[in-house]
This record gives sequence, structure tokens and C-alpha cells, in this order.
Amino acid sequence: MTALVAIAGLSVALPPGGDRPYAVRDVSLEIGTSEIVCIVGESGSGKSVTAHALMGLLPRGLDAAGGSIRFDGREILGQPAQDWRRMRGAEIAMIFQDPMAALNPVVPVGRQITEQIRAHRSIGEAAAMQQAGDLMVQMGLEAAHLHAFPHQLSGGQRQRVMIAMALSLSPRLLIADEPTTALDVTTQAQILDLIRTVQKERQMSVLFITHDFGVVSDLADRVAVMRAGEVVESGPVRQVLDDPRHPYTRALIAAVPRLSGSPDPLPPHAPVLAVTGLSKVYRRGGGFLGLGARRETRALDKVSLTLQRGETLGIVGESGSGKSTLARCIIRLADVDDGEILFDGADLAKMNGRGLRACRKRIQMVFQDPFSSLNPRHTVSEIVTAGPRAHGEGAKEALARAAEMLALVGLEASALPRYPHEFSGGQRQRIGLARALMLKPDVLIADEPVSALDVTVQAQVLELLDRVRAHMNLAMLFITHDMRVAARICHRVMVMRQGRVVEEGPAATLFAAPKSDYTSQLLAAIPGQSRLEA
Amino acid sequence: MNRLSYIARRLVRTLVVTVAVVLLSFFLIRLAPGDAATVMAGQAGFADEAFIQNLRAEYGLDQPLPVQLWKYVSAVAHGDLGTSYERRQPVLDIILERLPNTLLLDGFALVVALAGGITLGAFAARRPGSAGDAGVTVLAMLFYAVPQFWLGMMAVLVFSVWLAVLPPFGIETMGADYTGLARIGDVAQHMILPGMTLALYYMASYARLTRAAMIEVADADFVKTARAKGIGERQVARRHILRNALIPLITYAGLQASILVGGTVLVENVFSWPGVGTLAYQAVTARDNPLLLGIFIVTAILVSLFNLITDIAYSIADPRVQLQ
Repeated sequence: MTALVAIAGLSVALPPGGDRPYAVRDVSLEIGTSEIVCIVGESGSGKSVTAHALMGLLPRGLDAAGGSIRFDGREILGQPAQDWRRMRGAEIAMIFQDPMAALNPVVPVGRQITEQIRAHRSIGEAAAMQQAGDLMVQMGLEAAHLHAFPHQLSGGQRQRVMIAMALSLSPRLLIADEPTTALDVTTQAQILDLIRTVQKERQMSVLFITHDFGVVSDLADRVAVMRAGEVVESGPVRQVLDDPRHPYTRALIAAVPRLSGSPDPLPPHAPVLAVTGLSKVYRRGGGFLGLGARRETRALDKVSLTLQRGETLGIVGESGSGKSTLARCIIRLADVDDGEILFDGADLAKMNGRGLRACRKRIQMVFQDPFSSLNPRHTVSEIVTAGPRAHGEGAKEALARAAEMLALVGLEASALPRYPHEFSGGQRQRIGLARALMLKPDVLIADEPVSALDVTVQAQVLELLDRVRAHMNLAMLFITHDMRVAARICHRVMVMRQGRVVEEGPAATLFAAPKSDYTSQLLAAIPGQSRLEA
Repeated sequence: MNRLSYIARRLVRTLVVTVAVVLLSFFLIRLAPGDAATVMAGQAGFADEAFIQNLRAEYGLDQPLPVQLWKYVSAVAHGDLGTSYERRQPVLDIILERLPNTLLLDGFALVVALAGGITLGAFAARRPGSAGDAGVTVLAMLFYAVPQFWLGMMAVLVFSVWLAVLPPFGIETMGADYTGLARIGDVAQHMILPGMTLALYYMASYARLTRAAMIEVADADFVKTARAKGIGERQVARRHILRNALIPLITYAGLQASILVGGTVLVENVFSWPGVGTLAYQAVTARDNPLLLGIFIVTAILVSLFNLITDIAYSIADPRVQLQ
């Protein structure tokens, strides 16, 4: 097998003043013809920088400091801009993580595809559109989708458009930068399937960038593990998975959550939170004087659940399943249309004003995005003590407790006067958790608390959540799209789809023997289980 | 269908706004001490108490306030904005005679400002921090900071007095009685100085806005996609960066168009441009309440319409926006 791409000793310098001198350092990697190579790594590992160097698209301020990149035997590092332009899209194409952001929001997708075709071939718009339509059909879309704007398509459809665009000139190398990370698990399985199929049909080489060893085991021929800008280990996928040499590779593989080993359900006890028949409908439209058609979306349809102290209940579902709406309704950030929310015997759904405020204090939330959920202009001490002070606690006592609380979540008291941007994602989630715990809640609602984190950090935060739950005898509602994460921490699990509860039961039994087809589908879509679970 | 029903609803809202403006301005104007009768008496040169009383009776100023208001509102509802105290002509006729002049000047200024501002902004955004960018930024700052009336006066000094290439005031050469193309050319010549004086200020803000928006959009993922497709830099800038950067500009331009229709009192007065702005100024000094009220109402309606046009333009430029 001849190598289509040969990267040797590639180094990319970072601007001075960063935490390290190189974004990537002495990276060597070969991609054979019609081979799928995965680069695995966590954020900051340099995996994206390597891919961008291969496209000649390094961000401003980053430059290759040394090494070589040969494409089909020809040196391309440092080639003139004109030559790069001719290669991009035609020889090497790229797809990205978030297909919504990667498509121009104000141009119909068909025209975005023809633009690429016509940048390299001298054909008319109509002929290019014809080709684009054929490609869309091959990617499992309809030709009518050509006229749609990106926001009118689903996440999976958008990624299919991106792939259609990338394949439009039959490139010899496809670079895929975390193309399924932003997608639901069933959509992810479909997109991975599509990439595999077109790769085989076209004998194309693929460089696939991911943080997920599950995806790697399903897809890759060869794999390179990167950390802090260096390749720590590389080799055929079986060899790396079965016999990892580097401790970091072992840690990464161990951090992938497994479906087995869920905690056993607790003996039944009086629930602290009991939701019965909760319904929520979003209404839109109505037109002039209410004459137009109204659209209704049933976000929640008669959802019931119970939760006792010391218990973690997982709410699992894909986007649009209503899992986040459920959380918003329970703490009454959204109004409820029907049903009751019994919290310690009182119905939250009917509460207002002062009574609601007092109850809300006892139900706290941790959010998904550690970057936007903390006010960037407030210090950690302001963030953590604002809640108790709003409920009448003195500044001194609150500050003293804040230090204790930070210790509980594994942060030093020296964090108090600092600002959120000085912390990593995992540390910020710890701050968010400390903020929630300061109000001494009975119920903690964690809405996708680890989905924005790297796998190794994810494992640490999950462990912390579980420890805090046991320590404070908290009832925890754990919302996630990732069944593996749910399996790791939840006593019981509830699967939701389109606002309804599909299935509910002890985590261990539900994952081992799902009763509903939908749950089985979700489980089957998880990448890499067969090989990693073994 | 959706758009039509939206427009219908907005027109109803415009009506409500207009009624509110009529009521509000009717009372606001009466907050000022003295009334039109004393002003007219002053202009007439003597202030006989009987004469003033006569004037008050003639214009209905001696009647109770609610009666005056009722009379005015019902007249307005029939399209009668009253008679100017000073000119003794129907207010609507006076305004309609002046309005086209204002719209012409504003339209010219807006087009020049948009075209110039977007070009300069796009040029500056190509290489942020370069000499070209710095030049545009300094120029924009200058036009933004210099008072318009001073800029107008300097323009007159340079182009009319020293170079004598452009007429300093008015809308056309008096007594020349040009017709057809010659008249258009004459008006265009008169429009350049006031138009440019107005435009430079707005051009400066559009340039800065375009520059900032383009630099922001240049970081978007879809721009990276565009480069990964292998299309040229010029096309990336025009089709992907500029196209998206212009969306916030629509809101801004719409807002300024609304401000402009109210008449640009300063610039119109500096250049004696016979528009709504000079008219408003004269109405204020002459305490010509019916005329002033009429200007308020016509302006309010126009501003509402411009806002509607802005929102529709916005929904066309950005397909994600739905008119609700």
C-alpha cells in the first residue's frame, strides 16, 4: 500500500506567551490509499491543528515551523496559495463538527454545493445543480432539499449536505473533524455508516478526528493517539485497542463509559419528588386576529416520575425528546399546562411568588455548558455566594461555607477571588456544582453536566457527582443523551421520546434487557460497544 | 400569506401609533407658555387685547381644551390637518409640497452612505490592523466626530466660495426656470453639498459597523468551509462574509432612514434646503401649532412605514427570521 499522505516531523508553533511553545510537535503520520485513519485526542491535543495543516488552513498566527507533508508524493507544505486553493475541495475535502455552523445560513444548500463544483470545473449553474441533486440523493436526501436553507434541515440532514458537498469533486482524501459529536446517537450511527459506505465505494482515504474510542473501534483501520501536541502512540486499530502501550492510551480507553456495572436500585422509600401526568404544549402562530393555522408541539405528554433521597434517576433521550423541558418545568422555569409536581407534599405546579421561591431554593440545577452558565464578570466567590445571600444569609457565613463547598467539589479556596475564564471546563463544572450545593438542595437536577467535557474529565466529574449525592443524601435527576454516561451513575433510568416516557426501570436491567424497540435501537447505535465491552 | 397578514397587522399598529402621536403632541404643544395669537399679534406689530381676542376666536383658541382636541382629532380623521396660522394655507398641502424634497435628499444621502460605508468597511476588514484599516478608521472617526453644521459650512466655503464649482444653497437655481434634463441636472448639483454633508456622517458609522461585523463573521465556521471548498478569497469575502455581515446593517440603516424622514433640521437649514426640516424649524419659531402638529403626524406615519419596510427587508435578507 502506498501512502497517499505522508506527514513527517510536522511542528506548528504557537504564538509566544501560550502555555506551550508548539500546537503540534514532531508529528508523523501516514494515510494509505483507501484507508481510514483516526486521530484520537482530547481538547488541546493538537488533532484539529494537524488536520488543518493538511488543508493549508491553519488559523491566523499559527505557522508550520518545520517538517513535511507529502500528498501523492509531492511536497505541499509551503506551496503557494494558488496551489492550495486548487487542491482544497478537489483533492482534499473536509467536513466539520457542527454542520449548522459550517453551512452559510443565508444561502440555500444547493447553491453552496454548486459553488464548490464551479470553483474547480467550468460548467454552468444548471449542470452543477443537476450534479448536486444526484449527490444529495446518493447521500439519502431528496433533490428538493437543494432549495432548503440550513436551518430548515435536521442536524443529520445538514451533515449529509456537508458530505455531499465534500464528495462533489471526488476528492482522494476526506478529512472529518469530529463530524458526529454534535449529533444524536442514532443519527451518529447513520452518518458513520454513510462515511464507511462512500469510503468503500470510492476507494477514498479518510482522516477521521474524534475524542471517542467507541467511534475509533467501529471505523478505523489505523489510529494515532495525540496528547498535548504529540503523537503518543499509533498503529493498527486492533493492536492499539487490545494492547495499548502508552499509559495515556490505556487511560483514554478506560475512561470510555461502559453500559455494564450500573448501581443497583435503592430499596423503595417515600419519594421527595413525585411528578404525575405532567404535560406541556408549545403553541406557535395564530396569524392575523388568530385566523391563521396554529401549530402545537407536545413537548411533554403525561410524564410521571418519582425520585427518593439518595437516588439518581437518569432521563435519557435524543434531542427533541422533552428531557430538558421536563427539567425546566420541574423548577418552574417553564409553566406547566397540566399535571402535578409534588415536592415534599406541596404541589409546585400550582405555586407562585414567595412559596415558589422558597421551594426552588431546595431544587438546584447544574447546566451543560460550563462556559456560558457562569457569569464571566463575577468572581467565583460572588457566583457561589449569590444564592444564599439572596435568601438572607450573611456575607461572612456564606463565604466561610463557600470555601468548604469548594473543598467538597475538589477546588482550593484560592479559587474564590478568581474569574471563571481562569478555569478549565471540568473545573467550571465543579464551580457550577458548588454554586448549586450552597443552597443545601434536596434535589439536584443535572442537565447534561458532562457532555461538553473530555472523556477523562467526564469520568472525574461523574465520580464527583456520585460522591456528592451520597455525601449529602441528594435526590438527583440526571439528564443525558448518552446512555453510557447514564449507565455509569444512575440507579434507575427513564427513556424519553417525543415528550413521552418510552420505558422506565432499574438501570442494570434496562440496559441489559430493554423492553422497548426504541431503547434497543438507541443501545444498538452506540459506537464500538461490541469491541470495547469485551 | 404569512407576510400579507403580518403587513396587515403592522398597518393596524401604525394607526394606533398615529392616534397616540396626535394626542400626545396636541397636549405637549400646549405646555409651552403663550399661544399662537400672541405670536401673530407680535408679528403684526401691535398687541391690542381686542385684536388678540379676535385672533383667538378666529382659530378657536378661546374654546375649552377638550373641545379643541375633539375638533382637531375629528378633522385629522377626515384627512384635514388644519390651516397654518402663519401661511394661511392647508397644512397638508404645505407638508406634501416639502416632503418630496426631504425624501430626495435623504434617499441620496442614504444610498451614498451605504455604498461608501460598506465599501470602506469591507476594505478595512480585509486586513485588520493594517495601514489601510487604520486610515479608514481614522477617517470614519473624523466624520463621526465633526459636527454636521460645521462640516456643511466648510463644504460651502471650499466648494462654493473658493472653488466655485457647486451652488451653496437652495434646491435649484432661482429664476433659471430649467425644464426636463436641465432641471434634473440643476437639482442634482444643488443636492451634492447637503447630501454629502449628511452622507459622510452616516457613511462613517456604516463603515465601522461593516468592518466590525465582517471581522466577526470571518471567524465563523462556514467561512472555514468556504475556504475548504477551494473558492477564491475574493468570493469568500463577498459571498460568505459580507453577505452575512450586512444583515445587522439593515436594522441600523432602517433606523437611520426613520430618523432622516423627520427632516434633518440642521443640514436643511444650513443649505436652505426647502424640506420638512426647515419647515419644522420655521413652524417652531412662528409658534405655528397646526403646522407643527401636522409635521409630527406625517413623520410618525412615515417612521412606522419605514420600520415595516426594514422588518420585511430583514426577513428577506435573513431566511431564519420569520415575521410573526
